[in-house]
Amino acid sequence: MSGLDLSFGKVALFLCFGLLPIAGFLLGLRAPSIRRQGPIILAFLAGIIPILSIYIPKRFLAHPEMGMSPRLDQYLIIVAGFALPLGIVNVIQNSSRKAIRRETGWPFAVVLLVGLFVMGSFGIYGAWTGEGIGFRVDGTSTPFKWMEENCFKPLQSTIFALLAFFMASAAFRAFRARNAEATILLVAGVLVMMGRVPLLEFIATPFPPLMPAAAAASQWLGKLTEWIMDVPNSAAQSGIIIGAALGAAAMAIRVILGIERSYLGLGKGD
Amino acid sequence: MKLAAGLSLLALLVAAPVAVATPTGTLPPAPPEVPAPLAFTAVDRPGDSGDAILLTWGDPPDLPADAVIEIRRAQPPADEWTDLAKVKPGVGQYVDTTARDGNVYRYEVRVRSAGTADSTGIAGAVGPPVVSDPAASHDNWFRAERTNSFIAMGLFTGIILVSIQVARSGRPLFIRKIAGLNAVDEAIGRATELGRKVLYVPGIASVNDIQTVASLAILGHIARASARYGTDLDCPNRDPLTFVSARETVRSAFLAEGRPDLFREEMVNYITYDQFAYTAAVSGRMVREKPAANFLIGHFFAEALIMAETGQSTGAIQIAGTADPAQLPFFVAACDYTLIGEELFAAGAYLSREPVLLGSIRGQDLAKALLLLFGIVGIVAATFGITWFATVLNTR
Repeated sequence: MSGLDLSFGKVALFLCFGLLPIAGFLLGLRAPSIRRQGPIILAFLAGIIPILSIYIPKRFLAHPEMGMSPRLDQYLIIVAGFALPLGIVNVIQNSSRKAIRRETGWPFAVVLLVGLFVMGSFGIYGAWTGEGIGFRVDGTSTPFKWMEENCFKPLQSTIFALLAFFMASAAFRAFRARNAEATILLVAGVLVMMGRVPLLEFIATPFPPLMPAAAAASQWLGKLTEWIMDVPNSAAQSGIIIGAALGAAAMAIRVILGIERSYLGLGKGD
Repeated sequence: MKLAAGLSLLALLVAAPVAVATPTGTLPPAPPEVPAPLAFTAVDRPGDSGDAILLTWGDPPDLPADAVIEIRRAQPPADEWTDLAKVKPGVGQYVDTTARDGNVYRYEVRVRSAGTADSTGIAGAVGPPVVSDPAASHDNWFRAERTNSFIAMGLFTGIILVSIQVARSGRPLFIRKIAGLNAVDEAIGRATELGRKVLYVPGIASVNDIQTVASLAILGHIARASARYGTDLDCPNRDPLTFVSARETVRSAFLAEGRPDLFREEMVNYITYDQFAYTAAVSGRMVREKPAANFLIGHFFAEALIMAETGQSTGAIQIAGTADPAQLPFFVAACDYTLIGEELFAAGAYLSREPVLLGSIRGQDLAKALLLLFGIVGIVAATFGITWFATVLNTR
């Protein structure tokens, strides 16, 4: 018993997030209304504990290692660990069904399943042999690492690289001067782009006498770009951030007090 | 007179025997005194969770340039001093985070100057130590430095609750129209007419992100609308916790609409935890299955533009929403409607049309107006050189 640490925070967390959900579930078997109240009570507790820990630094509540609030973050990781197998099971179920029924895109489902089992097998093999999923002691790659380096990462980079093309197409659409606002956006965008690259010097390179003027104009454009980014752009971003912060706080209050229940799929009168 | 002069000479000889014995006949410089720190105190650090003692002192005047402050600690009843730290002059404080609650400590500070010789002529003279009163650490009940934040939170919560109460009383509230949210029914209606599915992407963050919670609230409304119209819904997920929560949200929504028969488990599905693999899968679905309406609502990163542009290329009506300023321009450029910042958090309440929830939006607007007023007053005060206002609002 000497190794059992029954601090107040730990016991309180166990009661709130261990026994209470079980009790709610058992009571909810007979009364559906209690089953609906359970998540709202849990949301209240999970929301109020971190807020209290901001202002009340008592050890049981806010200690970086033993406090209830940091422990709640650890609980999240544990719960996510349980949720991940559910996700994997879901992937296997959906992809298998798609492949068996020959639904639209079924070959992709087969590729996904093959990838899942091959990588999973290599991971289990690494754990079984004790060589892990990284490099071996002699510097060679384990099968898992080889697949990651030679298949997974190139595919990942390919998708990321698409961003450059999509950015160009989105910019083309956004910068069409359809109305006054779009024209302002176009002018500001062009100025910022010109200010970020030595475009004028590049144009003036074949004409050496124009170089000093191009350099001066480029410097001026650079300052204008800085002003656009630091003043109007920063002001607009601050406005969005302040509004979003207030919105998030209001949403948090609604969730903690159980007023907002639509995230549970419940609405008026439910 | 001769006797008096003789006595004076004798007295001088007695008073300064060394001087007389010095071969050179000149006086050596007296060792300079290293001063002691001033007003030294050791107290429990206020507003913390314990295990820390705050030491404060003042630097004495005329400190040698190479002086360091040595801090030592003893735990009564033992009198053995152990070195704790050496700090430069000008710091004025030190927090002993190695202290343990329930133990009583005494602290000592003294100045050491490497370049000053002591009375024996050895370099590294040490000034007189100053010893504190016994001190012990403990956890506290309130962080006094966050009083302003606490008052602001109380005020904000009060405004929201009063606004909700006003809304409950039945007084009509004006809430400005949000085009993106008014288009939700239109988008789902279009999907129903075309016989295609509605794709809902709840971002790539977990449920501990408030944007994901706001997204789940909107998903609840969209799932109810889908259940009403009998439209197929597809909600692919990247985070396992969001996946589990989203499935419960959609299941409850179909149940609440009285159409549990239309709910299928595969409506809310898990794809992968990898960001770009998830992006590839969602983009692939957009291209292959051509949903009539795409909802991209939640916390997004680099995948925002890839998904939005892919969806745009399929001709789907797209409604996006995020509070991340870095991703907003991409959504504005690529989607038909975008919920910007606070609109995302207001969406759940707006779509529900419940007076109580609308009251909270009203309260949020009032708080914003108050904040704006504070901002203007602060700007005016700072312009006239009055800084106390900014100091009061400074949070730690």
